[in-house]
Amino acid sequence: MDRIDRAIINRLQESFPITDRPYQQAAEELGIQEDELIRRLKVMLEKKQLSRFGPLYHAERLGGGLSLCAIRVPEDQFERVKEQVNAFPEVAHNYARDNEFSMWFVLATETPQRIDSVIREIEQSTGYRVYNMPKEEEFFVGLKFEV
Amino acid sequence: MVLNDLDYRLIAEIQDGLPLTSRPYNEIGARLGLSEEQVIERIGALQQAGVIKRMGIIVRHHELGYTANAMVVWDVPDNQVDVVGEKLGAQPCVTLCYQRPRKLPEWPYNLFCMIHGQQRQRVLEHIRKIVDSHGLKHIPHKILFSGKRYKQRGAKYQ
Repeated sequence: MDRIDRAIINRLQESFPITDRPYQQAAEELGIQEDELIRRLKVMLEKKQLSRFGPLYHAERLGGGLSLCAIRVPEDQFERVKEQVNAFPEVAHNYARDNEFSMWFVLATETPQRIDSVIREIEQSTGYRVYNMPKEEEFFVGLKFEV
Repeated sequence: MVLNDLDYRLIAEIQDGLPLTSRPYNEIGARLGLSEEQVIERIGALQQAGVIKRMGIIVRHHELGYTANAMVVWDVPDNQVDVVGEKLGAQPCVTLCYQRPRKLPEWPYNLFCMIHGQQRQRVLEHIRKIVDSHGLKHIPHKILFSGKRYKQRGAKYQ
């Protein structure tokens, strides 16, 4: 990853033009050619340095449900519970954390009502209580990674 | 904003990514039977309404070296949550800050913020500085670093 790749990542985490030639416009700002920008994006996607190139949706405004959930999983049960939880397509991501509440995952569902039923299904599948901690108030969201 | 059928088709069509071609909105339009102008107009409206938070690169932060990922949770008196939340949210190293419900008695924490860094030691220093310089010593907190990441993908929309 060179200086140009880093400039692309920093710039295009903020926004992307919605015009007929968006790559050309973005490339111009970065001081490179349109085809070079497209080529570099392809390479970074192939190398899995980027997760996606496209829209980041606001789940609730799409009419969907979103929540952060946690389970207190004993260490010797972690592998099994992880497999069972990740088998649900509604689990968007899942992290182990160094706490008694050891498993933290985000549920994204097509409707808000579906959150509760997925939680019940996960509790039945794993045998553990799922602690549901939906967001009540948002103070800041500016997730951006400078490289 | 009330979404119609066409919006949902558009949302599903581009959720995995924009075409990497010179005129991506034209190509999306061709797949959906829309003109380039219509696609640009609808995507612009979706972004205006905040349904699309933003368009562009979504990184895999682990692969970019952001491996020290701390969730810092605070047990803030209810009448101070707004003040403390605003303070934490204003820190440049804080990437997300949310109020969430306590789960008593096991889980007393009601304010969550994320701090992503390249080194665990640096992240811990950031947190110590925040506590010291904002008078947060009286507020109990815990730092939960992430271990392995098992799954990362965006939500899927039909």
